[in-house]
Amino acid sequence: MSDTIPTFLQTLEQHQLALHRGPTEILQVNMGLLCNQACKHCHLVAGPDRKEIMDMKTVRQVIDFQKLCAFKVIDITGGAPEMNPNLVYLVENISGITDTVMLRSNLSALYDLKDDRLLSALKKNRVTIVSSFPSLNLNQTDSQRGKGIFDRSIQMLTLLNQHGYGQKDTGLTLNLVSNPTGAYLPSSQEATEKRYRDILYKKWGIVFNNTFSFANMPLGRFKEWLKRSGNYDDYMMELHKNFNPCSVPGLMCRNQISVSWNGFLFDCDFNLAAALFKGTEKTHISQVKTCSFENDKIAVDNHCYACTAGSGFT
Amino acid sequence: MDTYYKPEDLPKFGEIGKDAPDLAKKFFDYYNAVFSEGELSEREKSLIALAVAHTIQCPYCIDAYTKGCLEKGSNLTEMTEALHVATAIRGGASLVHGVQMRNIAKKLSM
Repeated sequence: MSDTIPTFLQTLEQHQLALHRGPTEILQVNMGLLCNQACKHCHLVAGPDRKEIMDMKTVRQVIDFQKLCAFKVIDITGGAPEMNPNLVYLVENISGITDTVMLRSNLSALYDLKDDRLLSALKKNRVTIVSSFPSLNLNQTDSQRGKGIFDRSIQMLTLLNQHGYGQKDTGLTLNLVSNPTGAYLPSSQEATEKRYRDILYKKWGIVFNNTFSFANMPLGRFKEWLKRSGNYDDYMMELHKNFNPCSVPGLMCRNQISVSWNGFLFDCDFNLAAALFKGTEKTHISQVKTCSFENDKIAVDNHCYACTAGSGFT
Repeated sequence: MDTYYKPEDLPKFGEIGKDAPDLAKKFFDYYNAVFSEGELSEREKSLIALAVAHTIQCPYCIDAYTKGCLEKGSNLTEMTEALHVATAIRGGASLVHGVQMRNIAKKLSM
């Protein structure tokens, strides 16, 4: 059935849309595929056995790239970036040359590491923590992310609150990311946030700033699971059916650029997973001499439907 | 026809309007209004729909509202509890008629 849906490019053309970059304000830094978890929905197939992590040379090149381009936001992701020994160096050296640094954390890595030096660096540099928290339900969470993850996530959120994260007037922002634990689309961000706020506080006294609801990306381990479980065709059809042309101008790939653990540029982290390099040829950040990305064409494939379903992926 | 119920028929529900469009429009407008956020959330309404779907044993509705409940953020424990509410009311409706049985038996018996 997925063969019968039009390509993403055809759908854009059908709506007389084209995907080009606006001003690029966010640099997403993927610090590697090493992760303490092996989540069933991971588009990068990250896990404990992966060896690909960003080395110090590339971290320094990322800092130089930031000095050249002055992105407003640095969005650090992985894998579990907490497991990269160069994370503190990156945070300490990039925070002063950008407005906002964000760290995407799966919570359990932060909890397991018990790394006071890292936590201090995050607090001192006012790093926004964006935590994966797919569901309020233990079974749903553990079935997607691994046994025991829900409990450790709750404990880490509690600890982050104790450190001031998510609390009023501390300047320490704690955001949660919710995503479906199966082959269906996410609930509305507004409804999810209301429910998360009520239940996390009532049950565990946990507070946070914002939630974001994202659809799962049909790539990597999630794609494998979709195929194995016989859900792939229906899921692709559902994404296509929910294509929202109004989401296109606000897509994250229009104002964000992604750098892989080994320093190559992509239009987004999903294209990194799909090995769709930015532009027509593989470009390393050390080769970039000017930062004029505006109006550059964005590489697309059918996984992009996950970003345009409903209200979109921002 | 090997079976009356085919999953691929569910998305064809809208086709019911082809021969009576005005009535279908009234129905679907009403239907959409019922399921939009009100004093009850969309999630709560989906759980009610799921329970009712099992009571009336509609395979289309069970398919649609199982997925609908998951999409609205419900989990299998909540969904199963909703079914037990339907089951309790359904079973209770039988049992409460026992009062009639007892009244009649009482009248007939010495």
